[in-house]
Amino acid sequence: MKRLLPIAAALVFLSACEREDREFRPSPVAGGGDAAISLSSIAPGPGPAETRGDTGKAYEENAYHLSEGKRLFAWFNCKGCHANGGGGSGPALMDDRWIYGGEFQNIVQSIREGRPNGMPSFRGKIPDELIMQIAAYVRSMGRHVPMDAAPGRNDDLMPRPSEHRLPSSPAVTRGTVPPSGQAPQ
Amino acid sequence: MRCCRPALLTAPLLLTACSGWQSSLDPQGPQADFLAGLFWVFTAALTAVWLLTMAALIVALLRRQSARTEPLELDPRAERGMARAVGAAAALTLLVIVALTVVSYGAQRALFSGGEAPLTLQVKGHQWWWEVTYEDPLPSRQFTTANEIHVPVGQPVNIKLKSADVIHSFWVPNLAGKMDAIPGRENRLVLQASKEGVFRGQCAEFCGWQHAHMGITVVAHSLEDFARWRESQISAAEPPDDPVRKRGMQIFLSKPCVMCHQIRGTPAAGKVAPDLTHIGSRLHIAAGTLPNGRGNLAAWIVDAQGIKPGAHMPLIKLEAEEVEPLARYLEGLK
Ligand code: HEC
Ligand code: HEC
Ligand SMILES: [Cu+2]
Repeated sequence: MKRLLPIAAALVFLSACEREDREFRPSPVAGGGDAAISLSSIAPGPGPAETRGDTGKAYEENAYHLSEGKRLFAWFNCKGCHANGGGGSGPALMDDRWIYGGEFQNIVQSIREGRPNGMPSFRGKIPDELIMQIAAYVRSMGRHVPMDAAPGRNDDLMPRPSEHRLPSSPAVTRGTVPPSGQAPQ
Repeated sequence: MRCCRPALLTAPLLLTACSGWQSSLDPQGPQADFLAGLFWVFTAALTAVWLLTMAALIVALLRRQSARTEPLELDPRAERGMARAVGAAAALTLLVIVALTVVSYGAQRALFSGGEAPLTLQVKGHQWWWEVTYEDPLPSRQFTTANEIHVPVGQPVNIKLKSADVIHSFWVPNLAGKMDAIPGRENRLVLQASKEGVFRGQCAEFCGWQHAHMGITVVAHSLEDFARWRESQISAAEPPDDPVRKRGMQIFLSKPCVMCHQIRGTPAAGKVAPDLTHIGSRLHIAAGTLPNGRGNLAAWIVDAQGIKPGAHMPLIKLEAEEVEPLARYLEGLK
């Protein structure tokens, strides 16, 4: 009985050895995987319409993907139009108001296909895996990802605390849509 | 013989560390000479101290004390002798420390007193590669390259160190000491090569997954060769003339490559990854990870994450027949 306690304690410590996977290397086959998330039937290019899987989870719950997304958000100059999420010439991304939907898939599509009032399309310019990392990061700005996975560091001046310290707001995924956003969907 | 085999085998291994293209004990420039000199002075002084201490210890252990009748009784003569010995040892210690401090301070002053150097470079550490910009008063003669520095022999080169993300440390042991590259700050370092040669440098501050694969190559040329190299680097990339390389260029420009990489003379103007304008002229790719060549370029493009897991170059899905033209195009960017 006395021995059992240390053994049990050791087992508890061992559970800490499990580590989050960092998936550096998606399958290198051309073609496969592209357009895995394609929602609207008006999406240009090939790919099945309406695949509402929960593929977003793998990205949204993984700290590595989220922090990569944060870096890429700056690398691909999303900041130029959306600032650090507060909005500039493009709409704010950290609030709960979405023109084209705030679900993971909607955001992937906003980035990949572009949106009519000035959001450029990044299809073919950013590989799909990276688009998903960026989309997961965009979701983290509105506090829609687990706190222990959200990025914890701001390198620049930001209008807000880093993502894992954001106040938890109610996860409203479809806010009111401004009239300008009643664009064809 | 058998007993000594491991020792015999390891001794040459240790010795190999004393020369070569990445060793501070094989100095190839005045700054590195200073440091190597300091190293030997310190080693000699500290070895002497160690030997003296050990000798004193052995003498003390071997000397027989005659048994005393009254253990608590002090012998004033012996006491005085011991006090003198301890006093002398303390004074000697102080002297050695002060002397080494003065020597070290003098060498530091010599290292950092360099006046204006004719050539100034900015070296910026990125996870996990080095961006190098050759400054020039004429903006059109300023250019950027990556992971490889060329310097003229016999001239001091002023290096401004910066970082794009985390702390890195720039260390080319044959030419100079370490200097940290810190985000938001500019550190300076002067190095000079006194002979032609190729030297390897390494990031010396742990900076993440691929810290070990963050090398830099320094090539020291004669003045004329250096001027020739500089002119060729200033020029934009030559447009390809054969059909395969033309196709390679089209592939490059139609893929995500252009979002990150720059090739001057083409629309590719990404600024977050190594400049590829003259990638074909470099000795290595991916910060010293692979020797340059068409095969390795192709391998890198197809599977950068297999070669350098975690590097910020993503997997880009290519068709099999797109790889070779792309590799040929890059190889030809001399
Ligand atoms: C040239 C400026 C510009 C750039 C660069 C840009 N955007 Fe946009 N973005 C916009 C504009 C303008 C809109 C609004 C489009 C509309 O209303 O049709 C928008 C819309 C969006 C939306 C949809 C917002 C909603 O409310 O539904 C998302 C998500 C988005 N951008 C993410 C990104 C990401 C991620 C990047 C970087 C890869 C990026 N944007 C780069 C201008 C830009
Ligand atoms: C998301 C940005 C990004 C994209 C897209 C990208 N690269 Fe890179 N590339 C990098 C980074 C970052 C490095 C440096 C990696 C390292 O050494 O750690 C690199 C390194 C390289 C190198 C080695 C350069 C050197 O000086 O050692 C080559 C060659 C290269 N990339 C070719 C390509 C080609 C061809 C494409 C398009 C198929 C491409 N890259 C797409 C970011 C990118
Ligand atoms: Cu490092």
